Amino acid sequence: MPVAMALTGVAVLLGAGLLGIALQRLPGASRLVYLICFVACLAILGVACAELLAGTLPAPAMRLPVGLPWIGAHYRMDALSAFFLVVVNLGGAGASLFAIGYGQHEKAPGRVLPFYPAFLGGMNLVVLADDAFAFLVAWEFMSLSSWALVMAHHTDPENRRAGYIYIVMASFGTLTLLLAFGLLAGSGGGYAFSEIRSAPAALPGVVLILVLIGTGSKAGLVPLHVWLPLAHPAAPSHVSALMSGVMTKVAVYGFVRVVFDLLGPATWWWSILVIGLAGITCVLGVLSALMQHDLKRLLAYHTVENIGIIFIGLGLALAFSAHGMQAPAALALTAALLHVFNHCLFKSLLFFGAGAVLNATGERDMEHLGGLIHNMPLTAFAFLTGCTAISALPPLNGFVSEWLTFQAILLSPALPSWGLKIIVPAVGAMLALSAALAAACFVKAFGVTFLGRPRTPVAADAHETDRASIAAMFAFALLCLLAGILPGLFIDGLAPVTQALVGARMPAQTALPWLSIVPIAESRSSYNGLLVFAFIAFSTLLTVEIIHRFASRAVRRGPAWDCGFPDPSPATQYTADSFAQPIRRVFGAVVFRASERVDMPPPGDARPAHLSVIVRDLVWEAFYAPIASLVAGSAERLNRLQFLTIRQYLSLVFVALVSLLLVVSIWS
Amino acid sequence: MNGAWFDIAHMLAGGLVLLSLMLLYQDRMFALLNVFALHAVLLSASVAWQAQIQGAPHLYITALIALALKAVVIPVALRRIVVRLGIHRTIETVVGIGPTMLAGMGLVALSMVVMLKATAQADPLAREDLAFALSVVLLGLLMMVTRRNAVSQVIGFMSLENGLILAATGAKGMPLVVEISIAFSVLIAFIVIGVFLFRIRERFDSVDVSALDAFRGERR
Repeated sequence: MPVAMALTGVAVLLGAGLLGIALQRLPGASRLVYLICFVACLAILGVACAELLAGTLPAPAMRLPVGLPWIGAHYRMDALSAFFLVVVNLGGAGASLFAIGYGQHEKAPGRVLPFYPAFLGGMNLVVLADDAFAFLVAWEFMSLSSWALVMAHHTDPENRRAGYIYIVMASFGTLTLLLAFGLLAGSGGGYAFSEIRSAPAALPGVVLILVLIGTGSKAGLVPLHVWLPLAHPAAPSHVSALMSGVMTKVAVYGFVRVVFDLLGPATWWWSILVIGLAGITCVLGVLSALMQHDLKRLLAYHTVENIGIIFIGLGLALAFSAHGMQAPAALALTAALLHVFNHCLFKSLLFFGAGAVLNATGERDMEHLGGLIHNMPLTAFAFLTGCTAISALPPLNGFVSEWLTFQAILLSPALPSWGLKIIVPAVGAMLALSAALAAACFVKAFGVTFLGRPRTPVAADAHETDRASIAAMFAFALLCLLAGILPGLFIDGLAPVTQALVGARMPAQTALPWLSIVPIAESRSSYNGLLVFAFIAFSTLLTVEIIHRFASRAVRRGPAWDCGFPDPSPATQYTADSFAQPIRRVFGAVVFRASERVDMPPPGDARPAHLSVIVRDLVWEAFYAPIASLVAGSAERLNRLQFLTIRQYLSLVFVALVSLLLVVSIWS
Repeated sequence: MNGAWFDIAHMLAGGLVLLSLMLLYQDRMFALLNVFALHAVLLSASVAWQAQIQGAPHLYITALIALALKAVVIPVALRRIVVRLGIHRTIETVVGIGPTMLAGMGLVALSMVVMLKATAQADPLAREDLAFALSVVLLGLLMMVTRRNAVSQVIGFMSLENGLILAATGAKGMPLVVEISIAFSVLIAFIVIGVFLFRIRERFDSVDVSALDAFRGERR
């Protein structure tokens, strides 16, 4: 029954896409389509929430007579897919609410309206799918509709390049997933997830690597992340929020579904692979984010870092469950899934804020912004909440999930294998480093965009965004706070998921007094978000009160202080690049081969001095450029095959036939 | 009784392979056509013998079709074409006769190894028959590859078809429809290629396919 209701919601979404095609010329069309999407997402969200909390899952599967005639398409909802349905549709509802206002300013609604509901529907179908065929079709549907959205503003050549790289990477990822499911199903061809679960997979290690590549390329694991910072900013902002906040989570779902559910018992070396890649992803993601001055691209790079955090949790869960330590595995998995939920909240919120800024000023480049807090106070407040949450500051939600991840890392000395004993603390140090750098990154993002003085006239003339967008931002900010001060509720909500996947659950948290959370034992660690929140609120109010009570309002005369800006030009302020310069000097010289060149004119020359910074993308140069040149070169060489003589073609056929026969005669 | 049946079927199919090898080194047009006609006669004999030992009278029709069409009609028609085109001179092979024959023997060996291995459980008569049929097919393909003249490529193609028919009749219970369709497809291929020959001749004044390549701006 819940599956049928969710599928009805998906059907409504797909119908809204058709409506978008039919009505694209009408003025109220975008409002109507986004309203339908909002309602449909809320409905699916309600169904999934109710099922997850009622604990009646897994719900019976459904088979629709679509797709391959003798297979059909199976759909099912268990605890894991219900949780990810909550994430997808929460993000989807928020983005649709935001778009009710934001979508009004879209210049080409005909390029967005049909694909946006289809994209939402595709993501829902991926999560609901219960056989490999339905999964892959939905996965590709999701990729293609999001590609269409990335190409919505195709007149910009940079967007076209982003779309090209995105579709190449997406096709490559789907290809590896196809191979992975082929191996999982085996020669018997049982493509339903229930059949895969009951039969042991051939070559599980290869399946893990293929799935890691396939889902990692969608989620943005280094070195498969290159498309993400290009494609996410290119889309309209509510779509960026969905791609960054939700679609990467669908990729995480794919990984969890295959590795924890379908693949059978884990082997310990898998976790080394996952944890190592995830640690590198964290650090490289946040360092790249720090180097950016395009607000949306900064946020997209930051998604890479958060995917790293999530995969650290997943890798730890693999490591613990491979050694039969179920309770720590449940802790690590809970941390990862909670971070999935939290990242969906605050990354969507931040992209909404970036969208509001883009809408108000037409600028994504932080070097052209500044001082927006005066004209856009509400957006600034919501954006600040998102920044605090993503920087993992208590009492907001980002802290809880990162803290839980650290608790899992601190349990690693109990692991029996020495490789993990050494590598996990090292990755913990990388995680700590990236958490600190993330805070620096968001001080930069918020400070340069919203504080100081406006750097351009458009920033000075900015106006507050519309009410629907504000409502979406504040709803997510409130959810960030709630998830931060009441984490026990969310941890307990995840219990059926971990119970099903690793066979254990974290201790029940809601029964504890004063809403504390205790991941392992009271003697080891505990956290009380409510207490921290109350303390912060109380001490802030007290300080404000003391200042207002005892500070004098009398006018005083003193020596003039120019606030450090003797020159009144706003160009003398800290810029995004100058803020990042110390970190670029410390880390960038190694990671990005960053170098600075000062072009100082000789005395008497009137031209201005120039400081140019060169940052190289080593991942691109090491992995992608050789592949690209190899493909181009071999295509050039294979081109000659088009101009052979008839006899040469016949010879090719003949040689192929004979060599196949030779293989047959030698093989058996 | 059974042994003699088997031996005769074996001999006929083996004779087909022998004639295929003979086709490989015929470098005169008329000799090539004669050997091909002999090839078709032997095929029809083999098919008729299969009809006899399988007790499948419909295979006689196939044998008759093969005899009439491939042993008489097509060679006569091709002979007229050759005369009309004026190409009854020596034809060149691209590879020398020695290497071609060696390659042909290798192919026969290969098809024996493959077939005897792949059909270990099958009826021994069908097994041998399939192995010979595969050799005939491969030799026909080899002939198409090594010849430059369009007429001899056509003959290579049709000897390949003969191999297919040998395989089809060797398996018990193959319905007649298939054989008739194969025969007709050969006829159609013959007509199409014949038309092509005249077209090539009209355009380029030669049936050497390298003229086509030259037309496409290629060089060997």
